[in-house]
Amino acid sequence: MGLVVPWIIGLPLAGWILNGLWGGRLGHRPVGWIACSAVLGAFILGGWEVLALLRAPADAAVVVRLWEWIASGDFRIEAALRLDRLSALMVLVVTGVGFLIHVYSVGYMHGEEGYSRYFAYLNLFVASMLLLVLANNLLVLFVGWELVGLCSYLLIGFWFEREEAARAGRKAFVVNRIGDAAFVLGVCLLFVLFGTLNFEEMARRVRAVPSGQLAMATLLLFVGATGKSAQLPLYVWLPDAMEGPTPVSALIHAATMVTAGVFLVARLWPLFAALDILPNIVAAVGAITALFAATVAVTQVDLKRILAYSTISQIGYMFLGLGAGSATSGLFHLTTHAFFKALLFLSAGSVMHALSGVIDVRRLGGLGRAMPLTTASFLVGACALSGIPPFAGFFSKEHILESAYHAGLIHLWLVGVVTAGLTALYITRAAILAFGDPPADPHAHPHEAPPVMAWPMIVLLILSAAGGFLGAQALGDPFHQYLAPLFEKKTVPPARGLDGLVLGAVSVAAAAAGIVVAWAVYRGRRDPDLGAVGVFLRRQWYIEDLYRAVVVAPAEAVARFCAGVVDLRWIDGVLNGLAAWIARIGTGVRRWQSGYVRQYAAVFLVGTVLAVSYWLFR
Amino acid sequence: MILSAIVFLPILGAAAVMLLPRRDELLRWAAFATSLFPLGLLVRAFITFPPQEAGFRFVERSPWIPALGVTYQLGADGISLLLAGLTAFLFPVAFLGTWEAVRHRVKEYLSLMLLLEGAILGTFLALDLVLFYVFWEAVLVPMYFIIGIWGGERRTYAALKFFLFTMAGSVLMLLGIVTLALRTGTTDVLRLLQTPTPHDLQPWLFWAFTIAFAIKIPLIPLHTWLPDAHVEAPTAGSVILAGLLLKMGAYGLVRYAIPLFPEAARSFAPLLSALGVAGILYGGAVAYAQTDVKKLVAYSSVSHLGFVVLGTFVATLQGIHGALLQMINHGLSTGGLFLLVGVLYERAHTRRLDALGGVAKEMPAFTALSLFIVFSSAALPGTNGFVGEFLILLGTFRADPGRAALAAGGVVLSAIYLLWMVQRVYFGPVRVDPSAFRPLTWQEAVALGALVLVILWIGVQPAPLLERSEAAVAAVAARLAAASEVAR
Amino acid sequence: MTVPPAAYVLLSTLLFVLGALGVLLRRTALIVFMSIELMLNSVNLAFLSFARMHADLSGQLVAFFVLVVAAVEVVVGLAILVDIFRTRDTVDVDEVDLLRG
Repeated sequence: MGLVVPWIIGLPLAGWILNGLWGGRLGHRPVGWIACSAVLGAFILGGWEVLALLRAPADAAVVVRLWEWIASGDFRIEAALRLDRLSALMVLVVTGVGFLIHVYSVGYMHGEEGYSRYFAYLNLFVASMLLLVLANNLLVLFVGWELVGLCSYLLIGFWFEREEAARAGRKAFVVNRIGDAAFVLGVCLLFVLFGTLNFEEMARRVRAVPSGQLAMATLLLFVGATGKSAQLPLYVWLPDAMEGPTPVSALIHAATMVTAGVFLVARLWPLFAALDILPNIVAAVGAITALFAATVAVTQVDLKRILAYSTISQIGYMFLGLGAGSATSGLFHLTTHAFFKALLFLSAGSVMHALSGVIDVRRLGGLGRAMPLTTASFLVGACALSGIPPFAGFFSKEHILESAYHAGLIHLWLVGVVTAGLTALYITRAAILAFGDPPADPHAHPHEAPPVMAWPMIVLLILSAAGGFLGAQALGDPFHQYLAPLFEKKTVPPARGLDGLVLGAVSVAAAAAGIVVAWAVYRGRRDPDLGAVGVFLRRQWYIEDLYRAVVVAPAEAVARFCAGVVDLRWIDGVLNGLAAWIARIGTGVRRWQSGYVRQYAAVFLVGTVLAVSYWLFR
Repeated sequence: MILSAIVFLPILGAAAVMLLPRRDELLRWAAFATSLFPLGLLVRAFITFPPQEAGFRFVERSPWIPALGVTYQLGADGISLLLAGLTAFLFPVAFLGTWEAVRHRVKEYLSLMLLLEGAILGTFLALDLVLFYVFWEAVLVPMYFIIGIWGGERRTYAALKFFLFTMAGSVLMLLGIVTLALRTGTTDVLRLLQTPTPHDLQPWLFWAFTIAFAIKIPLIPLHTWLPDAHVEAPTAGSVILAGLLLKMGAYGLVRYAIPLFPEAARSFAPLLSALGVAGILYGGAVAYAQTDVKKLVAYSSVSHLGFVVLGTFVATLQGIHGALLQMINHGLSTGGLFLLVGVLYERAHTRRLDALGGVAKEMPAFTALSLFIVFSSAALPGTNGFVGEFLILLGTFRADPGRAALAAGGVVLSAIYLLWMVQRVYFGPVRVDPSAFRPLTWQEAVALGALVLVILWIGVQPAPLLERSEAAVAAVAARLAAASEVAR
Repeated sequence: MTVPPAAYVLLSTLLFVLGALGVLLRRTALIVFMSIELMLNSVNLAFLSFARMHADLSGQLVAFFVLVVAAVEVVVGLAILVDIFRTRDTVDVDEVDLLRG
């Protein structure tokens, strides 16, 4: 069993190397085949391992020690992998959805100049994400963590000749890095506290560690998670990341990389759950972010940006679920979200593909007849996102809201319900504006997606429609059964009976309200101006402007000051001034060297007289 | 004998090159081949060096000036072995990567470069203070000429500034050496390491040495010779300057300033580590504000070496171990960055950020190699830079979490200015005349490829380097920790 | 009436001062040389006087040394002077300022 696990990462890695080094010479078809089969292979291996794990006791784990990575004094870190039920789930999600998106990309990126580069990066991304989820200790996880950040940078800026794309990639990496700086400090503190970074050992020793410092460490790690998962305050990179190719947005910025923060909290659950304060912070940040992002999404006109803010919002839900004490609910939503958000993005991509890159919803419309599959996909995804039963999103979102309610976080539950309404509102608006009648451009002739793009959408459509039943009470909630043993008593099972029905009805009602309001306001593809409120929301509550004024601009001013004034004028001024002063002394002393013999003679005389008198009279 | 061979082969090679006929290709191959010998010898030494060895190996000793207690003594421990190895690796890479960059007076240039190599190797391997000083000063002369003759527009100013600034520090160090020699009667480092230095002398001697090293590293505010020297030097000169000369200062701290004067080092450590942190942040900020690519990379060196100084003076094992590893890493990554700039300059004949652009479109393979090197400099996990920086951060955190938090800011800064550079130079529209771009020559490709391979190798498998240096580093850390603070 | 020995010393001092003034104030190289000779000889006179005053012959010995050195110095000096005159066409001491810094 242990021999298989490294190959889960190894296959996509090999794909990266092959396509990276020889992709140009191999030609487009082999490149696509290599990339897709690498991910499919990883998926198959992952599935094999899951089957084996299901037969084993719930907390079983396969640990593969590869080599000793860093050894310095008492600091010893192994390059080691861990496959347990949690990482196996993530492997399946990453490689499964990843495979579908790889296949879709074959169609979407057809004819692109950087085709092999694209697939090389995509494979590298999958390998890095798998490293992240399969890591056996926090430092190896961090390697995967930063590497996915690298791939995100490379893929956002894929069309690097566009300044906006390059800038967006840079922004993503830098903002992530800020979170990573906090992450690293948290890792250092954890090592100081535990003497190890191995997950299993940390879980075992958690009782023996002072809680104040543990809280600090987990908080630092959570800050890192907000960076990677685009939550407040470090979310600002995700909307701009839509500059990248749409499949990239689907895979990295919806289904996988952005969920890394959620995975991190789940992985370190024993540390987070040992205290009360951290889960509360996590839940609060998640809920507030969810609401915030939903309000912004209502005002966006770029279809991908609507989906980006939607992602920010939904990840907020995942953190809310985790913080409320139900790790399984957060992870279930992670899974369903991967399905329907990827579906939504792929639909958007299909639209862009058909209409030469148009993504402004004001210029779309009337696509229902020409693109039935795409339209159906978007609608199914929208329903799942809104939490309409029986689509997938309903079950997962419900579980989260129930957990919040039962954990006593009533205000956060309320925020979640309101957000659910807003979610339904913005996605319905998006659906109407993008797909509804009348079309903005009557002369546009969109065509449906080719099969290679259509089939992944169909699979995701089915998963978004039916995937929720993995978490359905009626079927014994297999998802919860699968994961719950990992999280002991700290995870709240879904509500049963009347309680569950009432809560469920409330959230469905909110969603329905959202849909109704959206229909009323935006029907016929109207997009009324929301005035000052609209501007406030569209500019993300002026948060980015705030950052620019308070952080970015002063920092740049300081940099310019240091470079131009401190270095050039002060420090160098002192040095050059010193040199000039010595030169001036020299010039002064030069006057003694007149070349006049008589002056020299006079100096001899005076000097001799002085010397002799000194000698005589001392 | 092996160490003497390593040090003097390049020097003899320098003489030999002067005797060869003036045929450029022949000379270049001769110099390159000569530089491979120390590398081969050092690889052998590295393989035979046992891990967990805290002391010196391959020690050679003969009396030199017995009346003054001066010996000719060479030796390598885990620390100097790594640095000598870096030297032996970087010179062939520099020769290869800048194969045709210098076209006039090639003979003198190559001869001076080989002389430089011998002198640098001597500095790292010397175990006698006077011998060390001789080699230390000997490094200045070829570097001065290399900058002054084959450099850019302001080369005279830069060369003179470099020489005088560094020399000022060296003279101070000489005073220190003489004082120490008079007090203890010997300049044999092995003996000096066993005999504790009198406490009244320590602060003076410590600062005499440390100021000299601080200028070299460079530690702010003594750093301003660096941007000028780097910008004006020819590419290979910059590679060696950044890759090796700066390390001589850092090495001096670890080999001499701390072990010989541990009490003084202990009392001044907070100040010096604070200066290190300041250097990290200041260097990074100034790097971001630059418009000349070479100057940007030069200031990135200030920032990176700030990490090294920080790691050295927090006195923890991981801190010093990380600092040593970062010395190697920085040599590779920043040496690599200067090679990249050189490749660009050969084609575009400009270093201005606002005049470059779109290189990725014209030279994709070069861009791929460049990204590896850039991200190594940015300490991306998987590259060598991460291992060193993380060890430093951990070591710092264990001593002073506040300083670690500030230093972590340096991690963000390096991403900012490096990616800014990448965006302006490689991405965006092509601003230079596209016909200027030729593909990489095989020499450039091999040189850059070798760097990338080592960068990845150390990132994934740092164990060979770490285990050979751990014991020696632990010894230094132990000395520092055991020293009581000197009453000032 | 004998002349007191002090008078000779006084004379010697006078001559020395005259010679020094000549060196400092005259611009013709030849005159400067003559002034130097005057100074040397005045010193000779002083030595001889003191030798007589203290009945010590070493003063006369020194006078001999001085004479020899003076002769040699004149030879070398005049040779240099002639060379300078040939190249610079002047014996004015103020015009030979090649060592000006």
